Amino acid sequence: MSTAVFKPSKSQLADQSDGASNYLNAGFSAKSWLLTVDHKRIAILYLISITLFFFLGGLFAVLIRLELLTPQGDLMQAETYNKMFTMHGIVMIFFFLIPSIPAVLGNFLIPLMIGAKDLAFPRINLLSWYIYSVGGLFTFAAIVFGGVDTGWTFYTPYSSTYSNSNVILVAVGVFITGFSSILTGLNFIVTIHKMRAPGMTWFRLPLFVWAHYATSIIQVLGTPVVTAAIMLIGLERLFGFGIFDPKLGGDPLLFQHLFWFYSHPAVYIMILPGMGVISEVITCFAKKKVFGYSFIAFSSIAIAVLGFLVWGHHMFTSGQSVYTSLVFSILTFLVAVPSAIKVFNWTATLYKGAVSYDAPMLYALGFIGLFTIGGLTGIFLGTLAVDVHVHDTYFVVAHFHYIMVGGAIMAYMAGLHFWWPKITGRLYPEGWARFSALVIFIGFHLTFFPQFIVGYLGMPRRYHVYPEEFQILNVLSTAGATILGVGYLIPLIYFTWSLKSGPKASANPWGAKGLEWEKASSPPSQYNFEKTPVVTEEAYDYEPTIWLK
Amino acid sequence: MAHEHAALQHHFDDMDQQLEASTLGMWAFLITEVLFFGGLFAGYLIYRTKFPEAFDLGSHELDIKFGAINTAVLIGSSLTMVLAVYFAQLGQRMKIVFFLFATLVLGGTFLGIKAVEYSHKIHDGLLPGPGFTFDSPIADQVRIFFSFYFAMTGLHAFHMIIGAGLLSWLMYNAWQGKYDSSYNTPVELVGLYWHFVDIVWIFLFPLLYLIGRN
Repeated sequence: MSTAVFKPSKSQLADQSDGASNYLNAGFSAKSWLLTVDHKRIAILYLISITLFFFLGGLFAVLIRLELLTPQGDLMQAETYNKMFTMHGIVMIFFFLIPSIPAVLGNFLIPLMIGAKDLAFPRINLLSWYIYSVGGLFTFAAIVFGGVDTGWTFYTPYSSTYSNSNVILVAVGVFITGFSSILTGLNFIVTIHKMRAPGMTWFRLPLFVWAHYATSIIQVLGTPVVTAAIMLIGLERLFGFGIFDPKLGGDPLLFQHLFWFYSHPAVYIMILPGMGVISEVITCFAKKKVFGYSFIAFSSIAIAVLGFLVWGHHMFTSGQSVYTSLVFSILTFLVAVPSAIKVFNWTATLYKGAVSYDAPMLYALGFIGLFTIGGLTGIFLGTLAVDVHVHDTYFVVAHFHYIMVGGAIMAYMAGLHFWWPKITGRLYPEGWARFSALVIFIGFHLTFFPQFIVGYLGMPRRYHVYPEEFQILNVLSTAGATILGVGYLIPLIYFTWSLKSGPKASANPWGAKGLEWEKASSPPSQYNFEKTPVVTEEAYDYEPTIWLK
Repeated sequence: MAHEHAALQHHFDDMDQQLEASTLGMWAFLITEVLFFGGLFAGYLIYRTKFPEAFDLGSHELDIKFGAINTAVLIGSSLTMVLAVYFAQLGQRMKIVFFLFATLVLGGTFLGIKAVEYSHKIHDGLLPGPGFTFDSPIADQVRIFFSFYFAMTGLHAFHMIIGAGLLSWLMYNAWQGKYDSSYNTPVELVGLYWHFVDIVWIFLFPLLYLIGRN
């Protein structure tokens, strides 16, 4: 292979004829989309749905930041504000972040990456999109009927007894959507075990697949527990069951345990697939074999396992015993180890690579920086004494937004740009993409970095009014959110534009390694490959760089 | 390759791969189910430790006859289910249909007895909620026992109803002659599900009905 591969030029265009049959032109009727069992089309259905929910959740964020522009409550009352942050959290977490990378990119890519024709259970895959949509409709109905004000955490006894908002509707929505997540995870596990092409051994799998395998374990083991907890809240509200009702001797803390048993690992459902994306993007744009393949692979599994043992760090101030808190604190520190292994290995992969800075790479580099800040502040919060000080302040809000927006969404954007030519067969405009990556990076920092400071100074989360001395930092944050919002709108526009007007993409515009690039066309044919590929080399087997030669 | 089996889906290479994938999928689903019930079992254990007297009182309100008969009925249904799987592997159409039907009847019997039991409890004012009546200083805690009783047995009964639907679907397909020695995966997988639901009851029966009675 020549050195030309280091700079994949955008002139490597359209090497396939217009008439080539692919999954996009395999049928044009609504039925051919709504009843499809093709994993690629289902991924597109998910892409459309989660994009709608992303901008719906974003709308709530806009309203929150507008209210916080001034110290007084001028735009909305406390109750309305409670609904705003609740709906923002519920929509973003359950209907955007959790399905985002797995259900769109994972769905599209896992069969392609392992050399399969489809996921193991195509009909269940379609079913999971319908389940997601029904759950989404319930939640959307709840918003239309006036929203819900419990916080996305549904803490009892407020959610089970006192709240007068549409808790039941939203609970049903989240309950239903949980099954969609379980079925997706189950489908991935079986697919990765049983559908790999000849020669695709476990240690030749792309790290993206390992990350999704770890994610799927969490989805299958964790989701049913929160489902049970939400079911109990429903029974309590509808019939007056008393499991979480302190008046009867019930314990609200039990709800928190059951809730966080899922919802902490759920953070890893959001971030692990993102880490998988980053491993792919970094190796491709460094044109170098990934540093420490098996360490990255096993650190995904380690994060999934450890993630199940740390839920109590959400409850340090809730009255659980000091010794319990101590153990959860130590275990929380342990999660930093596999996370750091990933960050170090990505950085080491860059070392002496032939690095180029296309949009996916800009997002990936942004991810590494933002995830590191989010992760390190997680260590602060896992420390008992510090947590007592900053608990329920904007410090916490900033921390998890660095992980979920700075981490998960940056990775999602990296992946979306990276595989856009594969998914749609079109190239997006690179200049605009780099520009918007920069806008998002700047907007993100301006939004959330001031929140670390204002939180550390003592501004509590979930209030619509605040003391005047915090105004400057809040104005900065709102300004940043505006920039961030623009940063998300630009890709929406140019991605939509590129569908019709973007230049046609070749099968492998990045010169990347992997079956989806090397053996499938852009966009892939209906059954992915002409014939089942046979794998003969390890993942990321890029030519050694010039320097090493 | 020899000519392909009619039941082979397009994305699998052969019947073995399809069978292995389906079986792994069902086991993974059952693990999800274990965690689903597990959340409730964990809650039960915590409260049982916290309020042992109330849970003993509540347990004495349950009718052990109904519970015991239902346990026997379910174990019987597991036997008929296994026989259905066995004859599916042998490809004996009428026997598959017969034993699936027997399983369905036993499942229906279980649900019927459960319905009678529920109506007694509701009649006695033991359904948790504003109408709950129980003459004891620790009535509130007994109400928590009954919250668990109804939540856990209700979730279990819901799984039985789903199972009954699956059995009906299998019976229809078996009647059509779709299962034989070369392809009987659905019978086997529904069998796994049915046994799992039975096993849940094997845990529920002692925890709810028996532990309080020394």
